[in-house]
Amino acid sequence: MNLTMLMYLIPSLIMFACGVYGFITRKNLIAILISLELMLNSVDLNFVIFNRFLFPGQLEGMFFTLFAIGIAAAETALAIAIVINIYRSIKKIDVSEITKMKF
Amino acid sequence: MESIGNIILYFVVAVIIAVFSAMAVTTRKILRAATYLLFVLLGTAVVYFQLGYEFLGAVQIAVYAGGILVLFVFSILLTQHPADPASVLANHRKFVGGLAAVCAVALLGVAVCKFPLIDGMSLTEAVSIGDLNMKQIGHFLLSSEKFGYLLPFEAISVLLLACIIGGIAIARNK
Repeated sequence: MNLTMLMYLIPSLIMFACGVYGFITRKNLIAILISLELMLNSVDLNFVIFNRFLFPGQLEGMFFTLFAIGIAAAETALAIAIVINIYRSIKKIDVSEITKMKF
Repeated sequence: MESIGNIILYFVVAVIIAVFSAMAVTTRKILRAATYLLFVLLGTAVVYFQLGYEFLGAVQIAVYAGGILVLFVFSILLTQHPADPASVLANHRKFVGGLAAVCAVALLGVAVCKFPLIDGMSLTEAVSIGDLNMKQIGHFLLSSEKFGYLLPFEAISVLLLACIIGGIAIARNK
């Protein structure tokens, strides 16, 4: 039995679908961020898998994932700063309660 | 032909990733969702190790599992009582989310299966062609030649600096 590219793409596909489900159904801002991380992570995984199985001599996919991880860290830090600021001003982080831009 | 250990490792990791990502988006306790996310990220790191990208696996564990997860846990503890479960989802919301997820799986599944190169080489072959060492990664990362990544490297350092300042400015207590 060989481990082929398709077998590695399947867990990544499931991870992405779970991220989509969570992004739509969740109401808590932090839970939405967690779903977003799942989607980002599955895309990172795909870059690496394509790099390894289609172009094993090159490194583009690996470097793309490396930079994507760094950007994801920056994005999460800023998003969490915003969430904490929202919590401080209205004491809730439920998306259905956050309806005003100005606080 | 793969070694039996590689095959077992693949199935264990695939099941871990699938099960824990499903649990992370369906559990009603937010702190548990963060914990399940940790398992998914560690499973991804194992896949990176298995594919031969040891450096990337280490970065994944250090940045994602070590940094981002801690941020999540801190923000959860700061903003809500961790034992409170979220309210039960309305059925139509579940339906819309499930529909979107199923559509995503169908669309991407068809795209993946129709991909012409899907039955290319096996893992052992691919890993044996492209083995890389840390020295090579460092040279590529800091070279300005073709296939060098000096510009994105510098750009991301400016981005991270901007992110630090922005994070302080936004979360500062006025």
